[in-house]
Amino acid sequence: MPSRTVSHGASGRLRGLFLVMVLVFLEGSVFTVAVASSDQHSPITAHSGSHKATDHGSHNNTGKAFPVLDLNYENVRVPFEISLWVLLASLMKLGFHLVPHLSNIVPESCLLIVVGLLVGGIIRGTGETVPPVLDSKLFFYILLPPIILDAGYFLPIRPFMENLGTILIFAVVGTLWNAFFVGGLLYGVCQIGTESSSILSRIGLLQCLLFGSIISAVDPVAVLAVFEEIHINELLHILVFGESLLNDAVTVVLYHLFEEFSGIGSVTLLKGFLGVISFFVVALGGVLVGVLYGILAAFTSRFTSHTRVIEPLFVFLYSYMAYLSAEIFHLSGIMALIACGAVMRPYVEANISHKSHTTIKYFLKMWSSVSETLIFIFLGVATVAGPHDWNWTFVTVTVILCLVARVIGVVGLTFIINKFRIVKLTTKDQFIIAYGGLRGAIAFSLGFLLNKEHFPEREIFLTAIITVIFFTVFVQGMTIKPLVELLAVKKKQEAKRSINEEIHTQFLDHLLTGIEDICGHYGHHHWKDKLNRFNKKYVKKCLIAGERSKEPQLIAFYHKMEMKQAIQLVESGGGIKMPSAVPSTVSMQNIQPRPSTKPAPERAIPQLSKNKEEEIRKILRTNLQRTRQRLRSYNRHTLVADPYEDGLSDLFLKKQKMFQIEKKLKEMNTYLTVPAPPPDSPTMCRARLASGKHTDFKPDQVQKGNKMCSDPQAYSIKPASNKVPMIQVDLASPQSPDSVNLLDEFGQANQQEEEEQGLMMKPPSRPREAKKPSEEDEAKDQQRLMRCLSDPGPSADEDEDGAFLP
Amino acid sequence: MVSPVCSKQIGVLHKRFKQLSHNEETLRRDHFNEIDDLAFNPIRAQIIEAFFDRRNFHQNGEGKVQEIGFEEFVVVMSHFRPPSAHMTEEQRGKTRREKLRFLFNMHDTDNDGIITLEEYRHVVEELLSRSGTLEKETAKCIADAAMLEVASISVGHMEPDEFYEGITFEHFLKLLERFEIESRMIIRFLNMDTTTLCK
Repeated sequence: MPSRTVSHGASGRLRGLFLVMVLVFLEGSVFTVAVASSDQHSPITAHSGSHKATDHGSHNNTGKAFPVLDLNYENVRVPFEISLWVLLASLMKLGFHLVPHLSNIVPESCLLIVVGLLVGGIIRGTGETVPPVLDSKLFFYILLPPIILDAGYFLPIRPFMENLGTILIFAVVGTLWNAFFVGGLLYGVCQIGTESSSILSRIGLLQCLLFGSIISAVDPVAVLAVFEEIHINELLHILVFGESLLNDAVTVVLYHLFEEFSGIGSVTLLKGFLGVISFFVVALGGVLVGVLYGILAAFTSRFTSHTRVIEPLFVFLYSYMAYLSAEIFHLSGIMALIACGAVMRPYVEANISHKSHTTIKYFLKMWSSVSETLIFIFLGVATVAGPHDWNWTFVTVTVILCLVARVIGVVGLTFIINKFRIVKLTTKDQFIIAYGGLRGAIAFSLGFLLNKEHFPEREIFLTAIITVIFFTVFVQGMTIKPLVELLAVKKKQEAKRSINEEIHTQFLDHLLTGIEDICGHYGHHHWKDKLNRFNKKYVKKCLIAGERSKEPQLIAFYHKMEMKQAIQLVESGGGIKMPSAVPSTVSMQNIQPRPSTKPAPERAIPQLSKNKEEEIRKILRTNLQRTRQRLRSYNRHTLVADPYEDGLSDLFLKKQKMFQIEKKLKEMNTYLTVPAPPPDSPTMCRARLASGKHTDFKPDQVQKGNKMCSDPQAYSIKPASNKVPMIQVDLASPQSPDSVNLLDEFGQANQQEEEEQGLMMKPPSRPREAKKPSEEDEAKDQQRLMRCLSDPGPSADEDEDGAFLP
Repeated sequence: MVSPVCSKQIGVLHKRFKQLSHNEETLRRDHFNEIDDLAFNPIRAQIIEAFFDRRNFHQNGEGKVQEIGFEEFVVVMSHFRPPSAHMTEEQRGKTRREKLRFLFNMHDTDNDGIITLEEYRHVVEELLSRSGTLEKETAKCIADAAMLEVASISVGHMEPDEFYEGITFEHFLKLLERFEIESRMIIRFLNMDTTTLCK
């Protein structure tokens, strides 16, 4: 959860919010108490509707007056309670960020657990039993999926795949090691360390191993909550986080295995062997289910171009179905969810509209945020609820063993892994990985699920689990940030991905594949390349609608970048220079080859005198003002239904057509360049946008009067008079000479272009230039920009918008 | 100067060399053209040219040759060796420069020490060459935008009538400094198994 600290602390506002929060807090707990008491069917309820009902019943025949104001709480009880909890959670989240410095010292998860403890304490304090809020069903089917889906959908595929081997080893071998080490040693301690009459010595080996497997799994919720705030470098983040996701399969298998064995009471070799098989089934089956649903979702999204509003719903539904379907067969639901999200993302994103993309992103973030908050609060409440059985030996030994096992596991595995890695894991990395092994609510819920008959020591287990969770979340969670600072661990690099890096990433991929082929070595790159080719040839055609299926990744990236720059420009007011990664005054003009260096054939390009320049600039400026107004009026009577939503692909296709038309125009136009106007004029700014089509001088044009060549930068004006030069703007095209070029209005040159103009607006009776498609585009652009203005759009991490398939 | 590739790797490479050259002493361009898998590669021409480019032979030569012997083959391949376990910062920097120099040479086809806009456009066009002719204009736009970025990063402030010649090697280094090329531009020689040699 990105934390935003309020810079100008309005202390009055702060106080006010605090008061409100306390009020709601109290209200919430009062209601919970009241609600809890109404559970028990006791007659002490003063407000329940049943009271009124009996009243009605007994006074039925006495003609009671019609109740003008009635109170019926029972009907809305459940939804009301749920809403109160969610409201409480959200207000807490708000409050934490308003308190200055608090979110820097203490991670949110700790604060939320404390709040949960308080609420639980209040409930208990008023003498009622605390409702069992962290019910396993609620947790696994409602609270957990949004978090996992959020993680899976926005999983950075490239680093994940590059480190997949390492992640798998940590997840599988590491968890197994932890489980057996903790379980085995705990059993040993229980048997040897205590007297034979104490409770502990009655805990069997299998129970200990089961406990070990529950407690050994690194929890994705806790890891996310803590790591989100420390902004650690991508490699470590993906290692710990990937491990927490993939160890679900191991946990599920071990849990069911040991549960079965404890029930039956005997272990045979065959059963052990079946256990190993079942691990593969669970893991691979889960992934398969996820992939299946992912493909279905991608396929469905291909047809949603006419019903854009429900696009996000498909994403959520299919993912949730994948999770539930995997749970039916006791496969790993988490892996199904991750696989579904990761598989469907590239295709779905190519199909859906920009707004749907934003919706999906925001909904996922919102749900996962609320879920996480609720989970931690409920953890606190459940701690108060108990039932507890505190056993000093057991608990302390568990905590120590967990830590020791984690450290040994990480160090040992890294030693082996480093032999196969190119970028080795340093000691600092290992420390962070070991320290980041947080336990969380999944362990608690699994413990909660234990059957009391088979596991009489369930309470001891639960107490120990909660202690470990508290220890890791509080101690490790709070200290990891200062430790990261202390050890000077590499942080996340904030800079945006540049087009050069993208070009070279692709280039390098192809280069390495080529070298591998020359070496005769079927390596990593070879297979990746094969997969990409397969994807391009068959899969994309099925799953992506229309023209987008042929769009190579580099171009997709480039269009995205253009879009972002356009939105940025509009948001920054248009008049200001576009914020770029590196402030510079370099513009397109500087990199274009000078005309003098090219072998210039016959015609001379006339130079404008200074006066004429001034004149032209003045004309331009005045007309640009007028253009803006006119274009706005075009938008109200928009001729094209939904140009923005209907996909950029159409826009770019039209651009292509435009290119072809322009080529035909070559003989018609002459080109004169106006040397760049002053840097802060609107023309200049627009020209600085990465757009424009004509960069080369076309010396083979015939001169005609003062016709100028087209600069896609300029707005196109509805021609008011014959002499008004027409300027055009196409914000989305990439080249922009700083020269502003004008197209003049000579009727005779343009008649024959009318037929070729395909998609145009036919303005009344004016002979139009052949750049009509671009005028339509400008209207669309303007519209698009208008819409973008109303929706600030996802301004956060661009990381998530990373590459499609790697 | 033969680069320090270990002897086992040299053995494997020698076998491959013999296979590619049909047991002759030298490799020529048409030998490379026989490799089927390369046919799908959009930049195969540039890759093949890199093998025959004297600038990659570490002997300060220039220009192209028509055929190469085993020594040159190994030298070109050595650009892709993984970094050794314990490298000082200086060695790491040196490796980076070497690898980036290789890339630079691939882009700078006329060997004038700078990558001009035309050359860069050519690079992007080649990259996109597999996706149909419709993209030629877009390729130009992308290359122009990229060039603009390089100029902004390297030179920063330019008057409207100044002209940015092209990407020099120093600018290229600066451009890709975050790229971690020393860990990305590697083929794992050690895992090469002779039984998986493709035709």
